[in-house]
Amino acid sequence: MDVMHQFELYQPSSISDAQAILRDNRDAWIIAGGKDSLDWFKTRVMQPPAVVDISGIEELHGIREADDGGLWIGAMTTLTEIAEDAMVNEKFPMLAKSALVVASPQIRNIATIGGNVAQDTRCSYYRDGFPCYRAHGNTCYANTPTAMNREHALFEVSRCVAITPSDTAPALQALEAVFEVQRGNRTLEVPAADFFIGPAIDITRMTMLERGDILLGIKVPGKWAGSRQYYEKVAERQSWDFALGSIAMAAQMDGNTIADISIVCGAVQCTPRRLRDVESLVQGETVDEELEELVKRVAARGAQPLNYNHFKIPLMENLAMRAIRSLA
Amino acid sequence: MDGIAPYDPTTQYTSEPAIKEIGPEGHDIPLWKPVNMSRRAFLRGVVCSGTVIAGSAFLFSTATKARADERAVERMIRLTVNGRTHTVDVAPNETLAHTIRYRLGLTGTKIGCNHTECGACTVMAEGTTIYSCSTLTHRVRDKEITTVEGIAAPDGTLHPVQQAFIEELAPQCGFCTPGQVVSAVALLQKNPKPTVDEARLAMSGNLCRCGAYDHYLRGVMKAAERV
Repeated sequence: MDVMHQFELYQPSSISDAQAILRDNRDAWIIAGGKDSLDWFKTRVMQPPAVVDISGIEELHGIREADDGGLWIGAMTTLTEIAEDAMVNEKFPMLAKSALVVASPQIRNIATIGGNVAQDTRCSYYRDGFPCYRAHGNTCYANTPTAMNREHALFEVSRCVAITPSDTAPALQALEAVFEVQRGNRTLEVPAADFFIGPAIDITRMTMLERGDILLGIKVPGKWAGSRQYYEKVAERQSWDFALGSIAMAAQMDGNTIADISIVCGAVQCTPRRLRDVESLVQGETVDEELEELVKRVAARGAQPLNYNHFKIPLMENLAMRAIRSLA
Repeated sequence: MDGIAPYDPTTQYTSEPAIKEIGPEGHDIPLWKPVNMSRRAFLRGVVCSGTVIAGSAFLFSTATKARADERAVERMIRLTVNGRTHTVDVAPNETLAHTIRYRLGLTGTKIGCNHTECGACTVMAEGTTIYSCSTLTHRVRDKEITTVEGIAAPDGTLHPVQQAFIEELAPQCGFCTPGQVVSAVALLQKNPKPTVDEARLAMSGNLCRCGAYDHYLRGVMKAAERV
């Protein structure tokens, strides 16, 4: 049985306490729901000497209405709470849907949105403890002629070919969410586009969070509240599994024409991928078969498939097309 | 050619066993005396003696590592499981499944994959289902835990879910059943009249290797008519 290594566990009840603990323990590891972290500990790939459970900090919980008609979601709010929340379902149904398709009910009951966006990639080589680039090594095991890389990236590969595992991340980026990060005495407000980082910026991290940073909450602006939204996740199994592709779309309609649109694809690169080509193509257009065909043509433009992930190109094209078709 | 001869089953290769102890009456003293004990009772005995040893080790020695940092969690905690509050010694890196199985002896909760991937370890923490194999006990120490042992009535009357599962032949090998029962009971507590799709979603976190999903689903729907 996989027994975890020994560590000191801290359960601070305030952010300042948590920060003090993180200052004193340089190698401390923050856990929220612990669903990603405990896996790391059980396989003994990661063995931090100190673990800080921040789920007891009251300020990090809850969903509140913001002045601009948007919502503020505490980082420690569980995915079940988000999926079932009336305000989220009314304003941002796609966010509720994206929280609902994560893993399984028991995981959603304890896993948090903060943990979901900050979780590490699922590349099986990296997870198994291979000394790859991401693990401070000097090679990529997933991008070799014989490597198993069906789940890996199509775009923006920079040595590492891992993809974003989060289901809520594409939804949050499509809604142009802003992440509140406590760094020292400052509270940073980081747009989703900057919060998720690719290997070209830092190959060992998935987000801009640094050691000692605490994600406080996520502001979802009112801009897309009540707009037409679409979310779809494709995975091998309907339960538990991580996405092979996902699409998140929010659109403002002006009669039959698309006035404004934000569309983001998940699981095709290290960060959620905003489909700018599709956005500029469909802006001001009415949805018909011709447009759908054009969307299909541009959605995956520039993709550079690896050995086993060519299937993701038509998958991505069809997901984008289905999102646009939902506006007809 | 001389050398190692081929294996001959009639040859005694190993040396004779040590001289047998002879009792006063002149016959062998059995080294192991079979007792009439069920597997479950045996396991419980092992668990309990382990708890006693661990407990006395904690009480009567300084072997327990003192916390290096006063702010870290204490090991002795109070944990409420199935309505009973226990004082238990819980390591910081201990999972809830470990605590309830090996410290409290409630072996109904199974550890299947130990990686949040199967659902055999499902328990309820204040009405919501969680995977106990991947939840630190300290994380839920303030919550009321219900395991499969706490589902039936104190007099042994089965919960409608358990009864329906038996009638629908839901358990095949039975290893996933405790988790399935807990998931189904949690669903019916929240939503006494679920649709088939709602039930399917609520049960989607429990794997059944025998593939008896339809049986479990029929069991849930049948139980929903009775609660």
